[in-house]
This record gives sequence, structure tokens and C-alpha cells, in this order.
Amino acid sequence: MTTHGGAHAPEAAPRPEAARQHLRRDLSGRWLGGVCAGIARRYGIDPWLVRLAFVVATSAGGIGLVIYALGWLVIPAGEVPSGVRRRLPTGRAAVEVALGTGLLLLSVLLVFRALGLWFSDAIVWPLVLVASGAALIWRGSLGGSGSEAASGEASTPSVAPVVRTPARSTAPAAAPAPPMPERLGPVVAELRGALGGLVARTPDGRPTVASISRVAVGVALVIAAAFAFLQATGALSAARDVILSVLAVVVVLGVIFAPWIVRLVRSLTSERAERIRSQERAEMAAHLHDSVLQTLAMVQRRAGEPHEVAAIARRQERELRAWLAGRPAPGQVARLAPALEAVAAEVEERHGVPVEVVAVGDRDLDPATEAVVGAAREAMTNAAKFGGGSTVDVYAECTDRRLQVFVRDRGPGFDPAAIPADRRGVRESIVGRMERHGGRATITGAPGAGTEVELLLEEAG
Amino acid sequence: MSSPRVLIVDDHSLFRAGVRAELEPLVELAGEAGTVGEAVEAIAREHPDVVLLDVHMPEGGGVEVIRRTAESGTPVPRFLALSVSDAAEDVIAVIRAGARGYVTKSISGEELADAVRRVNGGDAVFSPRLAGFVLDAFAGPLPQPESELDALTPREREVLQHLARGYMYKEIALRLDISPKTVEAHVSSVLRKLQLSSRHELTRWAAERRLVD
Repeated sequence: MTTHGGAHAPEAAPRPEAARQHLRRDLSGRWLGGVCAGIARRYGIDPWLVRLAFVVATSAGGIGLVIYALGWLVIPAGEVPSGVRRRLPTGRAAVEVALGTGLLLLSVLLVFRALGLWFSDAIVWPLVLVASGAALIWRGSLGGSGSEAASGEASTPSVAPVVRTPARSTAPAAAPAPPMPERLGPVVAELRGALGGLVARTPDGRPTVASISRVAVGVALVIAAAFAFLQATGALSAARDVILSVLAVVVVLGVIFAPWIVRLVRSLTSERAERIRSQERAEMAAHLHDSVLQTLAMVQRRAGEPHEVAAIARRQERELRAWLAGRPAPGQVARLAPALEAVAAEVEERHGVPVEVVAVGDRDLDPATEAVVGAAREAMTNAAKFGGGSTVDVYAECTDRRLQVFVRDRGPGFDPAAIPADRRGVRESIVGRMERHGGRATITGAPGAGTEVELLLEEAG
Repeated sequence: MSSPRVLIVDDHSLFRAGVRAELEPLVELAGEAGTVGEAVEAIAREHPDVVLLDVHMPEGGGVEVIRRTAESGTPVPRFLALSVSDAAEDVIAVIRAGARGYVTKSISGEELADAVRRVNGGDAVFSPRLAGFVLDAFAGPLPQPESELDALTPREREVLQHLARGYMYKEIALRLDISPKTVEAHVSSVLRKLQLSSRHELTRWAAERRLVD
């Protein structure tokens, strides 16, 4: 890493604590890694000038390429403005990274050659292949399912595989000679597990097609590197003809069947989409059948009993509304308004009296709020029972420090002072419950004017 | 007061028939319309006093009927929105377009006829649900009230709360110790605020509400 001194060293090695203006790769205006755009932005020049400079430098002995690759590696990625983020398909990004890694290594080695430190071809080319293959494999295992990973961000983690390349390159070469054949089974299983772990998966655990093919290409590259190494060192000369012909066959088969495979993958994809669609349709049909059609059938059968028909229709209406609005099913509600609505539906169903809920504001359920819901349920039940069949109106108003619920019927009404002491419903379930949670309940009513229960919960202070 | 002539606009013929059967003995019917275009034509032809307007219809719904009637230059009738929809967004939109009130389709025939008469008389009609929507929409802290239209007076709030609790105008008047006419005045004033308010959050509020509710 001695060569990246020179003119570009100062800006190529930014200190992390540098101010806002320090050098970053510009991912929003980039062509490749954003190095040129980043430099241009930092110094306020036209990115095309910078790019031109790099091209010229590249033609002068490849030094531009080396500097670019080093810049990509060393300069941290700038922030991507979320609106402008260019979403590359992960597949292409991975290929870019693999290509970049290979080129990077190649350029470093070329620099070594220029300095007179040349290893043999037998090492250089396999090493380049291994680096590319490793980058592909690592991308496949690190890059998630392709939902994140704009290539710019992900190229930073891809630095890691480059560093670890030597370690990986020895592994496949050593593998063909397992010392203990009897332990091959577990080893294979292990290997399979390891390979499986490399493959990015969709949220439901299935590996994505793109990631499989990416990993496969990577593996092929690494293996090819191993063969190239063995071949170059002469160890493979005996098997060379066989391998060559096998390779030729594989290549030929690949070329012949490529269109067919592509078509197969495509048709699988469209088939999957179609299946999801038809599943959704079936689900909706099942829901409508279980609910609306059943209800309609029941309505037809009971046409002679208007009260029951009305109750059935209302229950169905509630359920369908909740379903259409995507509301959680009753029972898993954790907010005040849905909880009140669920309670109202229950009371309505049990007593056959319409209960209308109007809620202003909402809040999460806590023990005190749940007590209010419980008291409201009791009040609604009373209103439904003794309200003479009139609609029960429930109004809840909720602010940060105050929760008020009114439950009103238009029945015959009664004198609250005349509640018998043994009427546990009102005393315990409404008044007592509210008081235990620091609230209060007021019951107003007069004979002939209906009844209203007011539940009040106020935060102290 | 002579009986108001009513036009029923709804894209469900079954529902139109039901409303017609319920209203026939109570008010004079001017006809029916099943689409936005038919409604605009029928309004221009029949000059009804009150239009019972479905919020949800193809091609723009009730809001579009109100807009095109206003553009056509015919005498504008009073609109009363009538809908199964309890989505705040739709209700607020049709009220802001100019409807004089909103009732849900579960309302009884008598109550509906009463609402029609009230709208014909120039008053506003708030169902408990609409009162709740309005309270919700005008609730919360106002950064800078740009005009008095952007807030409800305490009295108006009180009247709305009683409406939401299911009280009739007469009952509200009794409880608040004011005359029924004053209750009417408060309700009309709330309606005007709802229609003229510069609070553009109103629309946004309604849209959000639909998402979370």
C-alpha cells in the first residue's frame, strides 16, 4: 500500500473527526463508486473533469485505476439522500463489487510487478479469481434479501472479504484431501450448512433465486481459481484433459440451455405471483362466504322475525366494516376506542339493542382505562336492559389528562337516588370500580327522560 | 310551512326504493337519480328543495354533484348527505363542499324526514357521529389560530358534545338553559366554520383518521 502516496494521499485518507466538509464518496451523483463525484463535490469542480483526469491517469500505466480502486476502498461512503437514492438491483451491485474487488487486487499485484516484486502467474491469476469469487459469495451472504443494500453502502462491508482473501483462497485448495475419510459425512453436512448460511433468504426463509445464482458463480470462481492454481503448478497435468473436456461440456450445455433456464425462472416467478393472487382471492372469497353469504342466507330464512334479522344484519355490518378497515379483531385491541366498540358490539349482540359509539381521541389501554371500559360495559348493559329498546348512545372523549365516557339511553329513566342497596351492578361495577381507579361515575336521570351515566377519569396535577 | 320537495340521489336502486317508501308519506318526492350526471340533470329540471345525497358514488360521488350543480348556474338546493360510510374523510369532504348536514343510513324514516325539514328550514343537521368527527377535527392545540373560524367556542363545543352523546336539540336547550333557537344557531355556526375554516389540517386530519381508524 505504498503507492497511494503521491498527489492523492491527503484527500484519500480523511480523518473521521474531520468537519462536515470532508471527503465522502458521493453516492447520489456517482457513476461507479462515487469517488470522482465525491472528490468533485469536495473541491467544487465539475465531476467530469475529475473523471477525465482519472481516465488520463489510467492510460498512463494504469495508475488511475489503482487510485480509483483505492479511493473506493478507503473513502467512506457519503450519506445517500433518501429521496434520491438510486436503487440498484442487488445482483448488479454484487457483480460490480466482485469486479471491483478483482480489479483492485489485480492492480495491486500489477503495482508489485512494477516494483519488481513479481510472483508467478500461477499465483496472481488464481488470486484475482478467488478475490472476485469471494466477494460474490460474501455479498450473497451479507447482502440480505435485496430489500436494503444499495450498492454504495454495501461496498463498505465488502472491504472485509478483500482483506480475508488469502485465508479463503487456501481453504478450497486444502479441501480435496480430507485427512479422515470416515468423518466425511459430518463434514459434508457441515459444509452444506455453511453454504446454506451463505445464501440470502426471503423473509419466509426461502433463499432468493438471485442470491443462489450469485453464490453459485462465486463458488465456481473460487473453484476455478483452485484448478488454475493446480494446473499452473503442474499438479493437475494428468487430469487436465479430463477436466478440460468436462469444462467444455459444461460450457456447451450452459450455452445451449441458458435460454431455457431463463425462461423457466421467469415462468416460475410469474407462476408464483399468480399463485399469490389466487390465494388472496380465495381468502377473500372464503371470508365473504363465511360472513356475508351466511348472514344473507340466515336473513332469508328468518325473514319473518324482523328483530332478529336486524340484529344479524347489524352484527355482520360491524364485522365487515372492521374487516374492510383492516382493524384488529376484537380481543387483541389495545386502544380505548376499539375496545369500547368491541364492548358495544358485544352488548348489542346480547341484548338486541343498537349501541352507537362515537369516540373523540384515543389512548392506549392501561389498568385505569380498562376499568373505564369495564364500567362502560356495565352501563351499556344496563341501558340495553332497562332502556326500553331505544338506541344506546356512547360518547367517549379523550384528551391527555382527561377521559370521559357517556352512556345514554332514552328509556323510561329512573331516580338514581332510589337504587336499592343490593343492586351490585351499578354500585360495584360502575361507581365502585371508577372510584377504585381514582375516577368517578355520575348517574343522571329522571323518570321519563332516559338515563345517562358519566364516567370520568382525570389525571392528578 | 309547505312540505319540501326531495330528490333522492343514490347509486343503489334498492336503497333508493327503501328511502322512497319511508319518506313518501312524510314529504313530497321530486324524483330519484342514480348517477352524478343524472343527479345534476334532475336538480336542474326539478328544482327540488332538498337533495338527499349519497356520499359514495362512481365518478366523484356527492362532492362532485354539489360542485357541478354550483357550476351549472341552476338555483342550488340544500344538500343533506346520507351515507353508510362512516369514514371521516368522506363525511368532512362532502360537508366542506357545501352539504348542510350528514346522517347515517341507519336513521329511521321519521328522523330522516325531520332532518330534511330542518335542512329545508336553513338549519344544519348533525348526527352524533358527525359531531364526533367535528370535535375531533377541531381538537388539539392550534399553533396560531389564524382567525376565529379556526376554533370552536366553548359553547359550541358543549353543544356538539351533547349532540355526540345523543341528545336532541330540545333536550340540549333544556340542559344548557338556552332556547332551541340558540342551539340551532350554534350548530349552524359550527357548520359554517367547518365549511369556511382555513385549517387545511382538517382535510389532512380526515385522511389520517381513515388510515388509523
